[in-house]
Order: sequence, then structure tokens, then C-alpha cells
Amino acid sequence: MDTIANAQNAKIVLDIIEQIHANAAYLSEIDGATGDGDHGVNMNKGFLMAKERIEESMMFSDALKILGRTLVMDIGGSMGPIYGTMFSKLSKALKVDEIDANTFLAGLENATQALMELAGAQLGDKTLVDTIHPAKEAFKSALEAGKSFKDCLQAMSDGAETGKENTRNMVAKIGRAARLGERSKGFLDAGATSCCIILKTMAASMMAQF
Amino acid sequence: MQRIINDPALVVEDMLKGFEKCHKDIVHVSSENPRVVISNFAKDQKKVGIVTGGGSGHKPAFIGYCGKNMVDAVAVGEIFSSPTAKSFYDCIREVDQGMGVAVLYGNYAGDNMNVKMAMELAEDDDIEVKTVVANDDVASASKDEIKKRRGVAGEILMWKVGGAKAAMGASLDEVIAAAQKAIDNTRSVGVGLGPCTIPANGKPNFQIEDGTMEFGIGHHGEPGVKVEKLGTAEEIAKEMTNMVISDVPFVSGDEVVVLVSGLGATPVMEQYIFFDEVEKNLSAAGISIYKSYVGNYFTSLEMNGVTLTVMKLDDELKECIDTECVSMGLTQFGK
Repeated sequence: MDTIANAQNAKIVLDIIEQIHANAAYLSEIDGATGDGDHGVNMNKGFLMAKERIEESMMFSDALKILGRTLVMDIGGSMGPIYGTMFSKLSKALKVDEIDANTFLAGLENATQALMELAGAQLGDKTLVDTIHPAKEAFKSALEAGKSFKDCLQAMSDGAETGKENTRNMVAKIGRAARLGERSKGFLDAGATSCCIILKTMAASMMAQF
Repeated sequence: MQRIINDPALVVEDMLKGFEKCHKDIVHVSSENPRVVISNFAKDQKKVGIVTGGGSGHKPAFIGYCGKNMVDAVAVGEIFSSPTAKSFYDCIREVDQGMGVAVLYGNYAGDNMNVKMAMELAEDDDIEVKTVVANDDVASASKDEIKKRRGVAGEILMWKVGGAKAAMGASLDEVIAAAQKAIDNTRSVGVGLGPCTIPANGKPNFQIEDGTMEFGIGHHGEPGVKVEKLGTAEEIAKEMTNMVISDVPFVSGDEVVVLVSGLGATPVMEQYIFFDEVEKNLSAAGISIYKSYVGNYFTSLEMNGVTLTVMKLDDELKECIDTECVSMGLTQFGK
């Protein structure tokens, strides 16, 4: 079967938390170039708080919901609501017994749309949208080309990486980095980078189950 | 970094402890949420609840305006970072007395998102919540994009008016209408002479070169309209007054409230020199000052600079501005 089980599968979310934790200093360093320099600290704080509330035996969708809720309720700033919404939307779409590629794509699409609406960000504004949008498109193209779920996840992972790297050449339009205008060029966007870590880890963790 | 702190990561927590101890006659911290500050007067009478919130580092804003006939509850965020949706929601719950709650806050991405989510939570509790989003910073966007403008020191006048209106026993719609009118009649602009440092970062995240000033700077160092040679108080006041009064527009014969606030590092003495020049410019334009405030009313850590805020008055706004109030940042006897 080309599906991922929802039950007993919170490991995917715990893997994401682990990677955010491992990259906290790196994320703050990137943020320091164009923003407040606190992205890694805030993300790490929220993700570790969620870790305390998640057990490996939980459903994948429930773990996503807990992570989303923790970020919204306990983190604040802009990242709390943005990532909170992203994980909540994914969770809602994945509330099935067996997750197939179509279900997962629906989740990605809902999450992308919801966070674009919430943040008011468009493609090219140098935000996490520039990671998740191309990642979602890559997954979709692979699916339409008849690829397996696993290959679609690899495409998503590659799409996220390319999208994140492309933020280097963008001029920030919204967020604190917008202050720098043209000078924001040459630097990765911190949100795009953390989003890339999240999507790539999710893909790797799911692919390991096929 | 020369700072009187303990752990840089805990400056907000530590500040709140001192604030509560010092102002225990006016406010207390919620027993359920350490990031919610509540006025001791919030439930002295049945009225519409007034809530605000924002990032820390702006003392006396935001918690300094929590008190009698002012704001009833304040959600407290990290330095320059929005409070959580939960904190806004807890504020709403704490001050609702069945007449609804007005959330009066400034236009920032994080605050917009967190307030929106808090309102969804409050809706589940059947609490009626309405908002006014302050957008008084003229320099932050053009008049065509007025909804994109940020809220700055004009928020204090919005809270003053909203708080007074609620104390008069007005309905939620009336409170919202008055607070909206207050901010619609208010314009602000800031000038930055030196940057500020978030303690946890240890170094300023922007620079202003000696001998220059950033005209139109935001409360977190958001970019201004231009960087120019540092002028005299006379020159700075003229440029700032012109930018503010040409926007509403204010016309000859108007009566206004003027609020000059230091951004943290500017001596109050200089703020009075600046205010004197502002008064001359307004006077020359036929605009008379009904009431003025000068001091560190809305700061940005230790940023060097000032903001100028002008609010055009009518009878209703005048009555609200004249209402007695008690808070750490603003205390007035009734007229």
C-alpha cells in the first residue's frame, strides 16, 4: 500500500521538533543578518514546549494539532500564529486512518493557502511562503506525473530546498527584514529556512516508512 | 551593552515582577496567566472591557496605561514581539462583564494575527469582541495605503478616549466608534537619532550614523522616509509638524491634543525644547493646543529620538480627554 499510517505515528512530528532544536543556533544566526536574531530561540522554545505534550504512540494528525496549538497559544509573535496555522491545517486534512498522496497534497494546499492569507504574503516576498509553495507545487507535479507517494515526498523535499535557496536573491517585502530593502539580498530568509527544515524532515521521516 | 539586568532572556518576566510590586495599587498580574496585567479598577462598575497588548520594550506602553478609566487588561509579549493569542484571549475573558470587549491595538502583523485568533476563541465563549486598529504613523505608508500604516504613540490617545467612553457607560459600539474616531483624527511621526538593542541580542540591529537622523522611523527601528543631516530642534519640529498636519488635514481654527514622546534615550529637557518649536508651528498654522503631554510616554528601549502625535478634537473627544484617569503612565484629575 502506498500510504502512511496515521495511528501510532507521532514520530514524524517528534523528528521535526528534534531538527528545529538541533538547528536553533543556526536559525538565529541567519535571522541576525536581516532581522531580530531571535528566530531560532523562539522556534526552539515553542517546539520543545510541544515535545513535552506529544508521545510517540499518538496519531500523526493529533501530534500535528498539539504542535500547532502550542505555537499559537504559547509562542506569540508572528511565527506562533503562522506555523500554528500551518500545522493545524495539515492536521485537519490528515485526520484519516491511512494517509495517501492525494490526502497529503490536500493538506499541503490548505496549509499553504491559509498561511498566505494569514500573513498576507505572496510568492517572492522572501518569506516561508517561498519554501512551502514551491514544495507543494513539486509534490503536485510529481503526483500528476504518476509518481509514487515516496517519490512525491522526495520532490517536495527538493522543492523546499530550491525554494529556500532562492530567497537569497530576493528583496524582503514584508517582516522586519523589509527594513533593509535591497540590502536584504544575499541572505537567506530565516522563516524560509526553518520551513525548509520542517518540510525536509517531514519528508525524510515519512519516506523512511515505505 | 551597558544594562541593569539579570538574565537577558528573562527581562520581560523580571520587569513584570517589579512593575506589579511597584504599582500594586493600580494593577495586578492575572493568577492564571503571567503575561496578563489587569487593572484593579476593571470591575468597579459594569461596563465595556478595554483590552490592548503588544511587545515589550515600550514602557510605559502598554501596561503603564492599564488602570482606572483607561485600559482594563493588557497582554504582554516578548521584547518587540506580539503577545500570544492566548494572552489576548485571557485578557478578553478577564474583563468581560457581559457588555462586550473592545480590543484597541496597533497595526502590526503579529498583533493582527494573534488578536484575530483570540477573537475566534472568545467567540466560542459567546463574548462579543470588536477591535480598533491604530494606524497613526504617517511615515509608515502613503495616504492611499492608510490601512497599512503602523500604530505608534497615538494609541495612548485612543486608549484614553476608549477608556473614558466605556467609563461613561457607553455600549460596545459607542466605545468602538469613539476610539475609531480618536485614531482617525490622530497622526504621528517619529525621528530616530540613535538605535536600540534588544538585551537578548546584545547588539543593535540597525545603525544611525552620528550627525544624521532617520526621519519617519518606526517604534522598532522600521525604516523611515529618509536619512538626513541632524537638524536643530527648530528644523526637526518644523519638518515633523508639517508632515503631521498636512495629512489629516488639520485646518486653521482646529483645537488639538499634542503628545510628544521620547523614544527612550532623549532627555526630557530636549523634548520640551522640541515641544516649544512644535507649538510655534501649530500656532502659525492657526491650530490651537487644547491639551499637551510631553515625556517618555511610548518608548523603544533606549532609542534616541522623539515622536510627535497630534489629535484633532471635537466635543466628544474633548470630554473623553478631560475624563479623570489613573494609570502608571497617565494620571489626570477630571475637569
